[in-house]
Amino acid sequence: MNQMTKWSKRSLAAAGLMTGALLLARCAPSAPTSAKKAPTAASDLQVAAMKTYVAPGDLDEYYLFSSGGHSGQVYVYGVPSMRHLSTIPVFTPYPGTGYGFDDDTKKMLGRFTWGDAHHPALSETNGDYDGRWLFINEMNGRIARIDLRDFKTKEIIGPVANISGNHGSSFVTPNTEYAIMSTRFSIPIPKGTYASIDKYAASYKGVAAGIKIDPKSGAMTLGWEVLLPPFDWDIGDAGKGISDGWFFLTAYNTERATGKLEVTASQKDRDYIVAINWRDAEKYAKEGKGDLIGGVKVIDPKKVPGFVYLMPCGKSPHGVDVSPTGKWVVGSGKLAGITTAFNFEKVLTAIKNKDFTGEEDGIPVLKYESIKDAEIQVGLGPLHTQFGPDNWAYTSLFVDSAIAKWKLGTWEVVDKVPMSYSIGHLCAAEGDTVSPDGKYLVGLNKLSHGRHLSVGPSQPESSQLVDISEEKMKLLYDAFTEPEPHYAQMIKADKIHAIEVYPKEENKHPLAVWDVKDAGVTRQGDKVIVKAVLVRSTITPTSVEVREGDTVTFALTNIEQTTDELHGFGLLDWNTNIVVDPGETKTVTLKIDRPGVFPYYCTNFCSALHQEMQGYLIVKPK
Amino acid sequence: MRSFIEKCDRILKSPLGLGPRGLLLLATLLLVPALVSPLWRLTMFAPQYQEGLRLDIYSYKLEGGHAGQDTKEINLLNHYIGMKDLVTEDFTEFLWLPFAIGAFGLLFLRAVVLGTVGYLIDVTVLFAYFSGFSMWSFAHKMWAYGHNLDPTAAVKVPPFMPPLFGGKQLANFEVYSYPSLASWALGAVALALFLALGLSVRAAGRAGTVAGQGPG
Repeated sequence: MNQMTKWSKRSLAAAGLMTGALLLARCAPSAPTSAKKAPTAASDLQVAAMKTYVAPGDLDEYYLFSSGGHSGQVYVYGVPSMRHLSTIPVFTPYPGTGYGFDDDTKKMLGRFTWGDAHHPALSETNGDYDGRWLFINEMNGRIARIDLRDFKTKEIIGPVANISGNHGSSFVTPNTEYAIMSTRFSIPIPKGTYASIDKYAASYKGVAAGIKIDPKSGAMTLGWEVLLPPFDWDIGDAGKGISDGWFFLTAYNTERATGKLEVTASQKDRDYIVAINWRDAEKYAKEGKGDLIGGVKVIDPKKVPGFVYLMPCGKSPHGVDVSPTGKWVVGSGKLAGITTAFNFEKVLTAIKNKDFTGEEDGIPVLKYESIKDAEIQVGLGPLHTQFGPDNWAYTSLFVDSAIAKWKLGTWEVVDKVPMSYSIGHLCAAEGDTVSPDGKYLVGLNKLSHGRHLSVGPSQPESSQLVDISEEKMKLLYDAFTEPEPHYAQMIKADKIHAIEVYPKEENKHPLAVWDVKDAGVTRQGDKVIVKAVLVRSTITPTSVEVREGDTVTFALTNIEQTTDELHGFGLLDWNTNIVVDPGETKTVTLKIDRPGVFPYYCTNFCSALHQEMQGYLIVKPK
Repeated sequence: MRSFIEKCDRILKSPLGLGPRGLLLLATLLLVPALVSPLWRLTMFAPQYQEGLRLDIYSYKLEGGHAGQDTKEINLLNHYIGMKDLVTEDFTEFLWLPFAIGAFGLLFLRAVVLGTVGYLIDVTVLFAYFSGFSMWSFAHKMWAYGHNLDPTAAVKVPPFMPPLFGGKQLANFEVYSYPSLASWALGAVALALFLALGLSVRAAGRAGTVAGQGPG
């Protein structure tokens, strides 16, 4: 009842807004181009406004974790409002939270200040999101683990040996046993090996790796590596249900071509999806099978046959997506204009019957006709597929700039919705799990082409919210996202239980101090440790005197236990910017190589006396 | 006059009836919630604290809302105006209040078993004094907190009396102060005592009339 009143109020407000907008459009000397382009009925707009409006103070229904592409970060949005809630820095320093400035995160980033983040994967239990961790890969051969208890990057593994251009990653298995990595840009291995480009077909190698995830801590280790032909291994997914135990990866450039790949790698009518039995790979790795390359064992399917198979797929496939039950493996030939639904039961039968049409470097190629259930004419440039309840499937069409809705089993395409513009990935609510929610879908578009106020030539990407709760898909909202959303994960908000302060009892940092009385400076030779307390509105000690040549470690403890009372530590002239959350301790170590007086201050506005929260690092000359 | 004194003496010495003894037993039982639940609750709201900061005053401790975090927050905010930290150790009341409540329990029980009207008057008067003194003591403590402000505080505010009953605007905070369960229980104790006293005096008076064979 209450809800009804709320809605009707909203619709009234929306109606008011609409009338205003229409009047404006009529009176304005030149109506905005978008208004000209979109002759949508006012009622549709009202419905869209109602469906996306989250009133001040109200909360969104879903989290959307969107990859930041070459920005190296993960962006968190609320659905359906599409409001940007937070940025989780992963592979790139982020001054906003001091990421990459303190000792721990600096160490985690290692020699990189950049990563091309692509495919976030939420941890799963029995094939459903469990809200524990988010994994995300990047092209330099790394995977990061974000803990969703505090939305912080906790671990980065890699660069992993032999993996080159880790694009086909980080898709996790149904119980988060493994994430996968794979080589998109084949190279001679181990890394550092020389082979001229004309030796590409024989001397360059692709590799897939299973990254083992500790079920308790989430800690990642290299589980196994499998040697693959020098194709461009592109995107993957883990099997589930009947296909549990298998990883799938698409490959283009099965021509093994070099040079101008847009031509040379587009010659064959069919490329492949590889199916890797990861339980076998795990077993073989345990048995010590494989050759030592780059310090790790790599299993060659030629020498250890029977666990890797190739499934022919439409020309230059990009996405491969396993249906909620695990029965169908859906691959889209980017340049073929069809999406193929492979029946995994038939795949298993074909393997059993050795229904092969050839082999590539010792890997059997299954007979296409024997394993496919249907070819779906979804449209031009099909890329990725997400799922809804009741066997609905949604495939993004890059060339058509649209999403096609079709049904598993009957294979009929029932609806299309245009995307602005050139959709890449798409992300439905829990749309890659065993129980997709339907309801919402976000199209992650590559081009926005000025559907926004002009911000100059560096245009933002566009993420469009689509309502998929009814028979016809309806565009609800345009959001303009940070570069560059590749893939995203949408999870029901109540599955995530994030803390808002770090409980004091859990802080086991050896240099933490919790009382202003315990703050101070200790010295051992030229090593100086400053145990500092940050609390409204003082940084204690308020001045620190050291000598030129000292190595100074500031251990900063924010002793607040109040939500949102973050404190910063900006040290001028030393490129030092630390942000400490309530209950957290962070350290930053500086080699003091010049004398002078350097102010430090709280960077994160905290209180009425925030300005006064300051002090001095005083360096005596040698 | 003499007969009045004799009458009073008789009434004071007359044993308590079943009703008053029952009421005294009830009063004893009411001391249990008075001991274990909060006496007073302070709630503070500000734009930044929509949920409110809560402080519960027990007979033996202070307890902040949000698992104690609210006390820290209140103290943290109060340090800007130079107010002393609210800490359990500063309240001598927390030592003698539980002792007194326990003692009253024993005195009430004694009255249940051995009580006379005179004895009942003694515990009632004592209890009334105890209640009044406790209230004054708390009020004084609050006054002291609001008046002994550090002269070097960052924010100078005129000395103030925190509200004891009802609401008050203090800077950006709306502060509400109301008695809690334990205080209501103590109020019920007082009520039970007065009722027992009334019943006993009336019963003793009537008994005297019967014994004296007619009006005396």
